[in-house]
Amino acid sequence: MSLMVDIEKKVKGFHLKVSLETEGDYLGILGASGSGKSMTLRCIAGIETPDRGRIILNDKVLFDADTNINLMPQQRNTGYLFQNYALFPHMTVEENIGIGLRLPEKNRNEQVGSMMEAFQLQGLGKKFPGQLSGGQQQRVALARCLVYKPDILMLDEPFSALDAHLKEQLQEGVRKLLKLYDGDVLMVTHSREEVYSFCQKLVVFEEGVSILYGDTKAIFKRPKYHAVARLTSCKNISPCYRVSDHQVYAMNWDLVLTSADPVTSAVKYVGVRAHDLHLVNERRVANRDNLIRWNMNKVIEDVFEYHVYLDKGDAGKAKADAILLCKVAKEKWNQRALGEEVMVNIPREAVLLLE
Amino acid sequence: MQLSPILISLKTASVAIFFTFLLGLFAAQWVVKIQSKKVKMIMDGILTLPLVLPPTVVGFFLLFVFGVNRPLGRFLLHYLGVRIIFSWPATVIAAVVVSFPLMYRSARGAFEQVDQNLIMAARTLRLSERQVFWRILMPQALPGVVGGGILAFARGLGEFGATAMIAGNIENRTRTLPMAIYSEVAAGNMDTAGYYVIIVLTISFLVVVLTNYVSIKEGNHEK
Repeated sequence: MSLMVDIEKKVKGFHLKVSLETEGDYLGILGASGSGKSMTLRCIAGIETPDRGRIILNDKVLFDADTNINLMPQQRNTGYLFQNYALFPHMTVEENIGIGLRLPEKNRNEQVGSMMEAFQLQGLGKKFPGQLSGGQQQRVALARCLVYKPDILMLDEPFSALDAHLKEQLQEGVRKLLKLYDGDVLMVTHSREEVYSFCQKLVVFEEGVSILYGDTKAIFKRPKYHAVARLTSCKNISPCYRVSDHQVYAMNWDLVLTSADPVTSAVKYVGVRAHDLHLVNERRVANRDNLIRWNMNKVIEDVFEYHVYLDKGDAGKAKADAILLCKVAKEKWNQRALGEEVMVNIPREAVLLLE
Repeated sequence: MQLSPILISLKTASVAIFFTFLLGLFAAQWVVKIQSKKVKMIMDGILTLPLVLPPTVVGFFLLFVFGVNRPLGRFLLHYLGVRIIFSWPATVIAAVVVSFPLMYRSARGAFEQVDQNLIMAARTLRLSERQVFWRILMPQALPGVVGGGILAFARGLGEFGATAMIAGNIENRTRTLPMAIYSEVAAGNMDTAGYYVIIVLTISFLVVVLTNYVSIKEGNHEK
């Protein structure tokens, strides 16, 4: 089970330049909207044709610009779950799932039946897609992809069309259903939570270019690039310059921060995740790294935490990018002694050096 | 009032819609697939022209093509012994040419409105191009296609100008309902003309209602 993609394509507005590889893992494609994620899936499925490069799936060449190989979508054996599921509205659930199966009717009905059972669609066979709930539609679409045993399953923003309260429930369901499938899985998303919980490997897109590829957890820990830090939702980012081997000066915040990683000459930005700003009590603080005492600019209450905005104390006149966002669990915030100053500490490991 | 104009009109419109329907579908599918925007615009312009031109201009061009002294007309006459001009087939040709743009434009609009994701999904699900057309594109575009067909039928039924020029107004042969109305009015027989008018009105009204019925029925199906 392996996929190798190395393609270029000029599309209106940007230049797609993708190179990625995966072997039997769930690979997440993370990027802002319009960064070429879906276009990449379409190139793999054969719906779009790249200008240059190669796509190889399990030793089968799907596309090679040099030798003029370009298999039809029908010959590629890929499964593509569309964002809006693309169920055929004029066909029943059964017909949707079985439409492309070239089998005698009896065998086809058997396969469709067992697929419907596995995907908890019993009794819905005669219904039309318009009569189903969002979750049911998604299961039909997934069953329709998997009944062909594709070599690779591509999920295009699989949960974006669903209500928030349904999402978590369905993610769990989909995770279980995907266990029925042992091929490669590619998942396009702009949600860091989805990527983090679904995919071992991750490739990050910026403006059509795959800029970083690697282990999902490692990328979240060391985003390496400004764009990746932003996409993995690092809220505090400032341009910086090097002070010493382990120190940078953050220009927006007028702060010198000490990092665990060595500062190379390529480092141009420094980032700190909002959860890594730890509220501390000055008298009891043990770790004195990056200890700062700033003013509270404003506090916004979220469901499970407070979003505390800090500034240097220019009487609330701080510029928007000179503000640090700190996310604090409610319990912790409420336990703070009244009137206590806001003192935060940023562990060295949490100082992200970015290019 | 005679029966023959009614029969000739229905016969002409029925045969014409058969050709118009197929040609329109074919042209629509072909134009939708054209990649270059410029070529698409020009082809669309040419195919739509009969809709906006005065029917007499269309008739003029048809005379130009099928006239007995023209290459095609002469070929048909000398080698096949068929004279198109002032014969019943000419009424069909005039109706086809004039009603074609209605069919073509409706079908094209209907094809273009089909969700492209459905077409792409069908391809990844291993449906052949022919299956994609017949099992996905056509059913999805059907209300628009049928609506276009009905409109084209009505237009063919009402064709007058081009028919007058290439088929003439020969009683029992090329005198269609619109021709008959013209002749009766010209002869001062307003009553007879009135009967024909009522027939045309009835058929046309039924056709329009039928179009609406088809689109409403198809719209409900998915819900």
